[in-house]
Amino acid sequence: MKILLKAGRLVDPVSGKDEALDILIADGRIEKIGKSLSADKSVPEIPLNGKIIAPGFIDMHVHLREPGFEHKETIETGCESAIAGGFTAVCCMPNTNPAIDDESVARYVHEKGKSVCEGIVDVYPIAAVTKGRQGSQLSPMAELVGAGAVGFSDDGSPVMSAEIMRRALEYSSMYNVPIIQHAEDSTLSHGGSMNEGYVSTRLGIPGIPPIAEVLMVERDITLLRYIPAARYHVAHVSTTDAVESVRRAKKEKLRVTCEITPHHFTLADEVVESYDTNTKMNPPLRTRDDLRAMKEALRDGTIDVIATDHAPHTVDEKEVEYTHAPFGIVGLETAIGLSITELVEQKFLTLFQLVEKYSTNPRKILSLPSIKIAEGETANLTLLDPQIEWTVDVKAFKSKSKNSPFHGRKLKGKAIGVINNGKARIFQ
Amino acid sequence: MKLHSRHLLGLDGMPKEDIQLILDTAISFKEVLERPIKKVPPLQGKTIANMFFESSTRTRLSFELAERRLSADVVSFTTVGSSVTKGETLKDTARNIEAMKIDMVVIRHSAPGAAHFLSRVVDANVLNAGDGSHEHPTQALLDMFTLRDRHGTLEGLKVCIVGDVTHSRVARSNIFGLKTMGAHVSVCGPATLIPREIEKLGVDVYHNLEDVIPNVDVLNVLRIQLERQERGLFPSLREYHRFFGVTQEKMARATRPITIMHPGPINRDVEISADLADSEHSVILQQVTNGVAVRMAVLYLLGTTN
Repeated sequence: MKILLKAGRLVDPVSGKDEALDILIADGRIEKIGKSLSADKSVPEIPLNGKIIAPGFIDMHVHLREPGFEHKETIETGCESAIAGGFTAVCCMPNTNPAIDDESVARYVHEKGKSVCEGIVDVYPIAAVTKGRQGSQLSPMAELVGAGAVGFSDDGSPVMSAEIMRRALEYSSMYNVPIIQHAEDSTLSHGGSMNEGYVSTRLGIPGIPPIAEVLMVERDITLLRYIPAARYHVAHVSTTDAVESVRRAKKEKLRVTCEITPHHFTLADEVVESYDTNTKMNPPLRTRDDLRAMKEALRDGTIDVIATDHAPHTVDEKEVEYTHAPFGIVGLETAIGLSITELVEQKFLTLFQLVEKYSTNPRKILSLPSIKIAEGETANLTLLDPQIEWTVDVKAFKSKSKNSPFHGRKLKGKAIGVINNGKARIFQ
Repeated sequence: MKLHSRHLLGLDGMPKEDIQLILDTAISFKEVLERPIKKVPPLQGKTIANMFFESSTRTRLSFELAERRLSADVVSFTTVGSSVTKGETLKDTARNIEAMKIDMVVIRHSAPGAAHFLSRVVDANVLNAGDGSHEHPTQALLDMFTLRDRHGTLEGLKVCIVGDVTHSRVARSNIFGLKTMGAHVSVCGPATLIPREIEKLGVDVYHNLEDVIPNVDVLNVLRIQLERQERGLFPSLREYHRFFGVTQEKMARATRPITIMHPGPINRDVEISADLADSEHSVILQQVTNGVAVRMAVLYLLGTTN
């Protein structure tokens, strides 16, 4: 494979570069970087006209549903969805059946990723903190790391026991991998379907109080202070108070990081008034005040990562009464559009910072090697058009599932191609 | 004159003129109910399905009577437990019924938003007969009809809703409807049973009935359910009765005649003392009578203006 990217704008936080460049890629490696490069007539040329070349994006919070729930998504359809969304890597959560709580499942998922979509997407398993995600017995972490796990989480369920969380932090600290917490005190949130507040009061829908999140984050940070060698990452943070806890912990130099989903900086709980079950997710959509706080926290760096919590469910599963519907929405194919529309266009983030939150920071958190855009290095790239305007159409999604509240929404910015592991998909 | 919507899903956001129209129309149907022959023909040839996914005696009977007295053909069923546990989804159930050519659907369901959901998946007119803790619009309409009948107007009327407001669809529909009609609304109950930020709906919140009674015209007393105690939301029925039960003793603080309402069924000597429920203050049975007239009005307005 040889390909010449012409007149792109390289936005690379690792080297600090932001400039107009051409890149010649041969056999999966960057052969040449420079201005006005030329190649053989036989080499396909991609005219970028100032569109962006960035280090490959990673979505560190995805549910690929395989094994066990292939009617919602498979590793293959999930990877197709990732490619369409501009990602060259995904981390898949362990709430599969069986759960990713032993070597064989982790290895299966990791290897399966190499066999689908020409292996263009790196699939990194996040393994369960506890066996069966039951919250009572540690999973074999060392073996799981050996099988490719890059972090641990019981996502979907919080680790409720402080004792188990303490042991998980201690044990994982030996392998320098993060414990990723779905931060929710389930004794407070039990039975809830949306954010508790004015809107839930009006709609009569049982609420999930915002304090359920911050209480868990505060508990875990207290544990982390006691076990400072460990690394703790808050999944899909959603409340002003939880973000403030993370901000304070970072000032203390504790090894804490957090991520946010695009829906948690885009939508407020008032959209639940439609009773559209595609507005039901966990954590729930919060208030307008929270949206502002989330955007500020992205700006000041308290929130390190944007991750989608891509959670496919079929139409039949979602088209039921609100309180009966499963939590979650698909996110891979709308993430970049929402981020550019809500954050870059509204001046909360520069393109540079956006790339950090989608590539540099998550790779650092997961101890993955950083992507170097230099001659002789492996080409792992995401190509973006930050100007293109488009309308979300769930029917066009590559994901097997269509559960998105953003159908029909006008967005600015989209991925136009990905290059990784010696393969390229350019789809502009 | 017709309503702005072809469904009755709730009173949240319903325009004042619509509420007015329903209450005014109910006056003539109340008159019909006093005739020796209580049946009129406007819904002749219309078929109405009463889908009750939650047990209910009085609301279902009241709807059925209203439907029959408007000469509609009526089919009813009650399935306790959710449609999900039954194996068939609500959507499939509704579509099946619609395939039998139904014109209107009355639904009672434990999930908030169930009536909204139904209105999106079927073509029939949908009437919400109670959806979880969300709304029970015909109950609030009959409460307002009863109050307007007794007090002449709703404008400026001081109404306090007493009890488990968090889990009450009657409370919500009453708040929305009464606020629209210009009444002053307050709620009174244990802090564990008053939902967050309810004051943003424009109601005052009290936790002591003795502060409320001297300043109200109406107490609308809600049923308290034992399962709330099991979930730790209040300590005991005895304590609830002592502090939030409406009794003759507490009523002694009243400065004017107070109307007492209850949506039924009553737990005698829990949320209300038996003697008070049967006293001249109580309009509980008028509510039941008016319920039929108000439901006739709603069915008539929705069924004849398609």
